Amino acid sequence: MHSPVLEEADTLLAPAPRKPVTTPVHAHPVDDHSHDDGAKTTMGFWIYLMSDCLIFAVLFATFGVLMNQTADGPGGRDLFELPFVLGETMLLLISSFTFGMAMLNLQAGKQRQVVLWLIVSGMIGAGFIGMEVFEFSKLIHEGAGPSGSAFLSSYFTLVGTHGLHVTMGLIWIGVMVDQIRRFGLDTIVRRRLACLSLFWHFLDLIWICVFTFVYLREFA
Amino acid sequence: MTTATSHAHGSLRSYLIGFALSLLLTLAAFGAVMLKLIPHQLQLSAIVLCCVVQLVVQLVFFLHIGTAREQRSNTGIFLCTALLIAIIVSGSLWVMHNANTNMMPGTISVERAMAHD
Repeated sequence: MHSPVLEEADTLLAPAPRKPVTTPVHAHPVDDHSHDDGAKTTMGFWIYLMSDCLIFAVLFATFGVLMNQTADGPGGRDLFELPFVLGETMLLLISSFTFGMAMLNLQAGKQRQVVLWLIVSGMIGAGFIGMEVFEFSKLIHEGAGPSGSAFLSSYFTLVGTHGLHVTMGLIWIGVMVDQIRRFGLDTIVRRRLACLSLFWHFLDLIWICVFTFVYLREFA
Repeated sequence: MTTATSHAHGSLRSYLIGFALSLLLTLAAFGAVMLKLIPHQLQLSAIVLCCVVQLVVQLVFFLHIGTAREQRSNTGIFLCTALLIAIIVSGSLWVMHNANTNMMPGTISVERAMAHD
């Protein structure tokens, strides 16, 4: 058995040469195990994403069961406007691509471009959220709010949960832009950006299922 | 190492291919329904097909799922999740469909149900 206490004692007896302290130093003492290149963290984050996937799977299943229970109220065909949904879809797809550009510049170590592409991705993502908020408020204004029918409840829950995820992604992008400015492209920032990249692309994947099964299916 | 990182993080070329394919599949799905490019009976299967293909495209080109060594664990976890999702979604729809058709009041009279007709 290799206890962490013993390991610590070992390093106390024979102290490893300290890394030269460079400023600004990242606030977290996470990077003291230099053999961990962040691959484990990224895999852990991937497992989180898969559990998130299960949340969406359950919400999709719920929507699938309830989609015809409109309680004599308006159905999707009366409420949804496909050109508007196409606009939302394009914004999210382009945002996913521009985030890819940020990751390519991260590989090349170009800090300014990384920040620039992150901000572009965030702005386009904010555009998507703006459209979704507009759509929701329009539906509620028309009397088709989440309490209108089982169909509308499941619709608002499913699409709203996705929107909430995108909003969290926007906050995360903002935080990362700030961290890049403070710490540069250090190991920790790189690892966090790799996780955020997975998160952002993952949300586009969920949206593909949303526009197919929630919106397009109503008209097919 | 260079090939390994390009697998794990993609290149400009792979992002461009992924973006172009996604754009094409999105427009195909919306075009099939909005412009009624294909007969109505085929529209649902067409958009589901576009959806599945686009999911695979984005998994490969944006999320870097693959068979290279450092991608294998992620791919394995994903396939496991996909199986769970298939069971949850198809199971729910199947069970609830049966419940709807067989247990909804009004579709069968009490007498017929009692007679096991």
